[in-house]
Amino acid sequence: MPILAKTGNEAMAEAMRQINPDVVAAYPITPATEIVMIFSGFVADGLVDTEFVAVESEHSAMSACVGAAAAGARVMTGTSSQGLQLMSEILPIASALRLPIVLCEVNRALSAPINIHCDHSDTMAVRDFGWMQVYAENAQEAYDSIIQMIRISEDERVRLPGMVSTDGFIISHCMEKIEALEDNEVKKYIGEYKVINSVLDQKNPISIGSLDLQDYYFEHKMPVVEAMGKAKDVILEVSKDFGKRYGREYGLTEGYKLKDAEIALVAMGSTCGTTRAVVDELRERGVKAGLLKVRVFRPFPAEEIVQALSKVKAAAITDRSDGFSNQGGQLFTEIRSAMYEQKAKPILSNYIYGLGGREISLEDIRKIFDEQKEVADSGKVKQLIRHFGVRE
Amino acid sequence: MKKNMGWKELGHGDSLPAGTAADFQTGDWRSEKPVFVRENCINCYFCWIYCPDSAILLDEDNKVAGIDYKYCKGCGICDRECPTKKEKRAITMEAERK
Repeated sequence: MPILAKTGNEAMAEAMRQINPDVVAAYPITPATEIVMIFSGFVADGLVDTEFVAVESEHSAMSACVGAAAAGARVMTGTSSQGLQLMSEILPIASALRLPIVLCEVNRALSAPINIHCDHSDTMAVRDFGWMQVYAENAQEAYDSIIQMIRISEDERVRLPGMVSTDGFIISHCMEKIEALEDNEVKKYIGEYKVINSVLDQKNPISIGSLDLQDYYFEHKMPVVEAMGKAKDVILEVSKDFGKRYGREYGLTEGYKLKDAEIALVAMGSTCGTTRAVVDELRERGVKAGLLKVRVFRPFPAEEIVQALSKVKAAAITDRSDGFSNQGGQLFTEIRSAMYEQKAKPILSNYIYGLGGREISLEDIRKIFDEQKEVADSGKVKQLIRHFGVRE
Repeated sequence: MKKNMGWKELGHGDSLPAGTAADFQTGDWRSEKPVFVRENCINCYFCWIYCPDSAILLDEDNKVAGIDYKYCKGCGICDRECPTKKEKRAITMEAERK
């Protein structure tokens, strides 16, 4: 397998080249611009067979993706932040029409104030639109997850669109060593795209997206509910199979030194890497610390998280976005809700951090673990929801 | 099509058989209606092309034959586009009286 030096964006573009989608419709936006910029180079150089549609906005990009997918094409795109928000009118249409579009996302803060750096507020804002969401920890995982997402989204039990995101600049622009698959291996792995129905099929003419009022709208939403339920099994299946073939298995969540941990930190994206380093350090000092990485946010792996944290005394749930609900960040509210019926559960607290790319350092993670140690020992949380690292 | 289907009976991805709009007669809320005068018609097909529904009827010889009031919504585009002269109009709009 080729060993390459790639940034997160280059790794995603490379995965797109190997997937060779039928249609890519995209509009540039920092920090995701490079993904489709590099890919459009592949198109110009004739390295892919893709029809590349350079549209005038992200709203048009997602609309063109929906049209192409409804016609029976394998479709991909890429965007970030405000671009994802401009797509948001069309995103639930893609899931309701069961179109397996795969989106390469780069996490960037939402305006205002205008900011180009990482937080998760962009993808969190579209979490309830019937798209699967994977938050990658590094370029390797982004590359692998994009290839896996083709299989997952096109699985007949799922047939939902999915987005894989990387932390803006932290992953998207950082060069790492990645182990790529051979071109023909990717081609074999994803297989031929299977068209279920096409609006261009003249022998079986269909109509999609019809007006649907009190009498049928509810019924037409249920297949998305069902598919999202099945997506969990399919993600695990695909993940296991990928691990068997290529040695890298990811799952829905990953525990790091969590089995006998007394205190834990729960995180998504690149912060997991920082946390691993601190966990190693604390373990050397005899502190039973662990990390729970949440990789898949939609479908939400509630049972897996409850199970993984069942023996932990205190857990810090970290959120790189604030949903402004006054109930904590989106990951915290989901996990807190999942814990409700549990008798044995850790004491939870929420750390909202890193908005607009504010650095989260090893020292910050150490501080969170120190506080968790206090919580575990005293059995009390001083402050349930903290905005960590903000100046007062 | 069967009525009141359960969600498990629905087609994949919100798909329906094509052409079902024909089963749904939409001409009952007109306030004005086009009236066709065959002897003034020059068969230019402007009304047939411009009709936003498919409410201009043709006969066996593909000559304009009249208006399909089951679907005509009285938008008046056919009247506006009809090139016949004022004194020999092929299409004129009249108030709908029911």
